[in-house]
Amino acid sequence: MFDLLRTRARQGHRTISFPHGEPPELPGRFRGHPIIDQSRCAEGCTQCADACPTGAISSLPVLEVDLGKCLFCAECATACPTGALSYGGDYRLAAGTREDLRVTQEQGVRLARALDAKSRRLFGRSLKFRQVSAGGCNGCESEVNVLSTVVWDLGRFGVQIVASPRHADGLIVTGPVTENMRLALQQTYEAVAPPKLVVAVGACAVAGGPYIDHPEVHNGADAVVPVDLYVPGCPPHPLTILDGLLRLLGRIEASKTER
Amino acid sequence: MSGFGRLARAKAGSSLPRAALPCLEWAELEDALLCGVSLGLRVVAYFAAEEPGGAKLYLVLADDAGSEVAIGTTRSPGTEFPSLTPRCPQVHLFEREIAEQYGIRPAGHPWLKPVRFAPALLRRNGALQVTAESLAPGVIDFYRVEGEEVHEVGVGPVHAGVIEPGHFRFQCHGEEVFHLEISLGYQHRGVERALIGGPDRRSVHYLETVAGDTTIGHCTAYCEVLESLGGSQATARGAALRGIALELERLANHVGDLGALAGDVGFLPTASYCGRLRGDFLNLTAEICGSRFGRGLVRPGGAQFDLDEAMVAALQERLDRAFTDSRAAIELLWGAPSVMERFEGTGVVPREVALELGLNGPAARASGLDRDARRDHPSGIFRFHHIPVAIADSGDVFARAFVRWLEIQRSVTFVGELLAALPRGPLWREVASVGGSRVAVSLVEGWRGEICHVALTDAAGRFERYKVIDPSFHNWNAVAYALRGQQISDFPLCNKSFNLSYCGHDL
Repeated sequence: MFDLLRTRARQGHRTISFPHGEPPELPGRFRGHPIIDQSRCAEGCTQCADACPTGAISSLPVLEVDLGKCLFCAECATACPTGALSYGGDYRLAAGTREDLRVTQEQGVRLARALDAKSRRLFGRSLKFRQVSAGGCNGCESEVNVLSTVVWDLGRFGVQIVASPRHADGLIVTGPVTENMRLALQQTYEAVAPPKLVVAVGACAVAGGPYIDHPEVHNGADAVVPVDLYVPGCPPHPLTILDGLLRLLGRIEASKTER
Repeated sequence: MSGFGRLARAKAGSSLPRAALPCLEWAELEDALLCGVSLGLRVVAYFAAEEPGGAKLYLVLADDAGSEVAIGTTRSPGTEFPSLTPRCPQVHLFEREIAEQYGIRPAGHPWLKPVRFAPALLRRNGALQVTAESLAPGVIDFYRVEGEEVHEVGVGPVHAGVIEPGHFRFQCHGEEVFHLEISLGYQHRGVERALIGGPDRRSVHYLETVAGDTTIGHCTAYCEVLESLGGSQATARGAALRGIALELERLANHVGDLGALAGDVGFLPTASYCGRLRGDFLNLTAEICGSRFGRGLVRPGGAQFDLDEAMVAALQERLDRAFTDSRAAIELLWGAPSVMERFEGTGVVPREVALELGLNGPAARASGLDRDARRDHPSGIFRFHHIPVAIADSGDVFARAFVRWLEIQRSVTFVGELLAALPRGPLWREVASVGGSRVAVSLVEGWRGEICHVALTDAAGRFERYKVIDPSFHNWNAVAYALRGQQISDFPLCNKSFNLSYCGHDL
């Protein structure tokens, strides 16, 4: 008993203050939103695009990175002879449409907008998700799971991951959606009562990840179910997922939406 | 002449010309496998590879005592070969896989069911193609128990927790489980098929996501294969960083597992503390390479991210702090009667069963099997820095939890030693191009157990076959065994005590 109390005292309070306070410090080598300086690009150079394992980059005529396909491996930055492309520390990456994830020097990710007033009235203070892993590698699954630990404490926003689609307002989908999980994902989606939300977490669920264009997969969740929030990353940092969910719920003020 | 004696011998993490592999007659292969296993060797790989004139079988045995692997191949068996499963249960899933991938039937196999519901890999016109027709996942002829008050419970593929999909079919009598059958394959995304023709720019990313929680383990095994095929090895400093990352991966997962086990028996303090501490260990990996799962850290020739002195000092300090908190959180378990009552005697896998099923990793060590690739088949930094093997003998949930705790302590010491004595020199060196017509085997002790990769290259040095064997491939059967005679309500606890990979199995 005394051990329990002593340990409790020593473990302390661990929940982050974000979004009211500052976000937790990310490691110095964290690879977030790309930083593009097209003025450094050599005429006709395609080395970044050639190095990309998933075809996320098109370098001509405008250097554009599709963060939906991006694994954030930075092979492109390594390949670039002039340093036109690098990955910065900005963790805010979640968007409402696939198109919003295409970034250029001028246009960063268009971050997810808040749901309309009616949906916010429904989900704003209580949003329950069922998680479906459809070919995920347990990377994204782990980072979704982490949101329920004391550090992130998703419950304080009324967001919770529940055991059954019948108890849920939506799905969090991870994985490229294997053919072998297609039916299960579809049926789980159908089991959620409308109106419902779908969040695609990770490069696989957004666009297929490393498995893009494999005949065994469907290149992401939106091939099977409509998606309301796309969270890029391989896997996304928990902060990126949380930021996306809170933006969807309108719980991050507009001032923090400006990039 | 005995087939066993003819097997080619090599160190794990090295490569041989394919011409050096003996092409065994069937009787010789049978002798090699059965004789090898009776002498205490383990089957680490047994697979088919397409070749002109029909698919051939390849057998790789691990000789732990001799710190070697023994490799052999056969002539093409045509459409059928005699199943050895009745005499050697540890090949049971390998034979099913051969049947599924290459359409070669192991005649007399007692349990010939799909493994991944993958369309058979077929070679047509020199290219591997996937056929359209495949079976629906989870639709198999499940083993059934019939009788008064016997009922069947089906769970999955979508589970209650945030975990990967699999289907579990229980035959129950009241609360008691008579039999559990596990049907996987939902995560099948074509990893081995896609690796053929590599290495290319996507290969390493497949290996980093074979089992995303074992990024370092699988990626290290892959890099060792590539290095040995090119006749080179990682730099000392690169190898040390890989070793640190491998043990940090083990720490994060073991601490997380102990927390999850506490959660499964309703002991919330440890569940809550370990949930946070797992993240602290992941953050150490992120400090090194920017990714909590070690993406991008391990690359052929060494590692991609270096540490300076300030980073080493900061890592050591954070490691110590996380370990102190982990010790306090985890030791609560052993002193809580309500936890011990649930852990002890639950989900027992006796030593002889573990031996017969060919278990590896903490699950094997918890059943008293003294095997650990870091000691038995050391590669990289483990050739110079040793880590003691942790063993328990009761084979129950408690043993699997306690082995993890012992390994946590030893990994912390090991990482500390390496941080204090990081070899100097380059982080990375260019790896010579992959040798043609060679075979390479690597064995890496990941946190779940032994990861085995086997590569066969063609004359041009492309992968003709790349076999990935996650430790879960050997261990899933132990979960089914552990449930026998248990209460069905203990399934989450038993399952978590193994915490096996679905995607690593399904590929």
